[in-house]
Amino acid sequence: MNLHALLDFGPLQQNFGTVLKAFWGTIRLALLSGIGSLILGTVLAAMRVSPTPVLRGAGALYIYVFRNTPLTLVLLFCSLGLSDTLHLQISHDPSTNGFWLATIGMTIYTASFVCESLRAGINTVPLGQAEAARSIGLTFTQSLRLVVLPQAFRTVIAPLGSVFIAMIKNTTVALAAGYFEASAEMKQMFDTYGGTIPIFLGFAIGFMVLTLPTGFFFGWLSKRLAVAR
Amino acid sequence: MTLSVDTPSDASARRPTKNKPSVLFDAPGPRARLRNNIVTLVAVVVLLFIAYLIIARLDQQHQFDGKLWKPFTEKIVWTKQILPGLGGTLKAAGVAAVFALIFGVIFGLGRLSEHKWISVPAGAVVEFFRAIPLLIMIFFAMAGPPAIMDAFDRVLPPVSAFLALVIGLTLYNGSVLAEIFRSGINSIPKGQSEAGYSIGMRKGGVMLRILVPQAVTAMMPAVVSQLVVLLKDTALGYIVAYNDLLNNGLRLVSGNFGNTIPSIIVVAVIYIIINIALGLLATWLEKRSRRSRKSSARTLTTAAGAPPAVGMDSI
Repeated sequence: MNLHALLDFGPLQQNFGTVLKAFWGTIRLALLSGIGSLILGTVLAAMRVSPTPVLRGAGALYIYVFRNTPLTLVLLFCSLGLSDTLHLQISHDPSTNGFWLATIGMTIYTASFVCESLRAGINTVPLGQAEAARSIGLTFTQSLRLVVLPQAFRTVIAPLGSVFIAMIKNTTVALAAGYFEASAEMKQMFDTYGGTIPIFLGFAIGFMVLTLPTGFFFGWLSKRLAVAR
Repeated sequence: MTLSVDTPSDASARRPTKNKPSVLFDAPGPRARLRNNIVTLVAVVVLLFIAYLIIARLDQQHQFDGKLWKPFTEKIVWTKQILPGLGGTLKAAGVAAVFALIFGVIFGLGRLSEHKWISVPAGAVVEFFRAIPLLIMIFFAMAGPPAIMDAFDRVLPPVSAFLALVIGLTLYNGSVLAEIFRSGINSIPKGQSEAGYSIGMRKGGVMLRILVPQAVTAMMPAVVSQLVVLLKDTALGYIVAYNDLLNNGLRLVSGNFGNTIPSIIVVAVIYIIINIALGLLATWLEKRSRRSRKSSARTLTTAAGAPPAVGMDSI
């Protein structure tokens, strides 16, 4: 009996630097796609609630396409399609290029979920709030800025938190686009040392360190800013 | 949730869709209508320009050439490559869905147990699998068992990609379903179980005859939309080289014909059609459940998606 597969944390210690680097790759991708998808998602949400049917239609089309396409396919489109076939080069350095392609794919995919959360948030603001704002003479911008959006943003904090946690976990799929992050490192270590429990636990804990505090933070924030109705 | 209110004006009678007020906008008057028309014009120009950029780029790289699209008009490509791939996807999704539902019922009810020695481990398992990415579970399901058996000096054949995919999907989606079941049961007013106890039913009877039947109606839409997520996640099979729709569509078809982008588009359209169909089913179930008077629980919506992560409960 050799219990190395059950108890030996040696491989993790030996490769600690590489593991940390791999998780930094995950964090970098998650942060940048988080910011990107927040911007793109807000633009899409604005399109979907705008009074212009063309913009509403275009926004709905985007949501239908990217919510129903698997992330793997979106990321493969970025690597095989955008980069290899259409020769879209963002950087001459292959690893930087891979990072940006993965970021684009993650942003495009996550933005559709961000947009749907934001839209659901706007829809929870009762119509009476806007009517009251208009009746005391606030202009369109004022009612949006002082009454509607503050309430909408507070209700979407918890759903947005769920979207971001899912996105952190989804960064593992960027492996399909050839980007080096935590799951790619785990795969490599599995190939070298075999699929031992300590390696799996190490990476699982690494991801929990990223996802659990995010959950607690958004939970705390949404309770703190909850709209009293 | 609908926000539109009928406005009794001549204009709204003529063009009812455009003139409904929303929480953001009042019913437009003549000036706002003019402004909306200008915005529409600008939007059309900008959207057409974006579409032109995409099409021009595709055309520049000769992606509209007939020879790239021709394979999809041939019967053999569908019968030998795409449809078997679709079958693989549906098989993995179907098997994983059944096991995930069983896993979800066991751990959802386990977490509701009054015995701490059942509810705490069940909760820990559920939260563990929800907090880590599905892909590393699939990798571990593939490489783990042989390595662990090796420790006990037994030789285990490598786990197949299909099995690894099903195990990963079962553990992850089963944990999410467990949370859905738990919140479904918890959403039933306390009076229901109290009424059960007061007429002399036991714990098991209250659960089986009062809580579960009402909860099923309430949580059906959420369950179906989680199954859509499961179906989408089978695409991870591409990474572990399982012959699913994505793998057959991209490795076989575009490997044979060198038509990456047309293959991606065709495969994406198939996924979108299946997922929209399942999504419509979830929406229909949700509407039916809202109308239903058989359950005293509030319907768990499809829009919310997965239940909140750790730290975000009780909102």
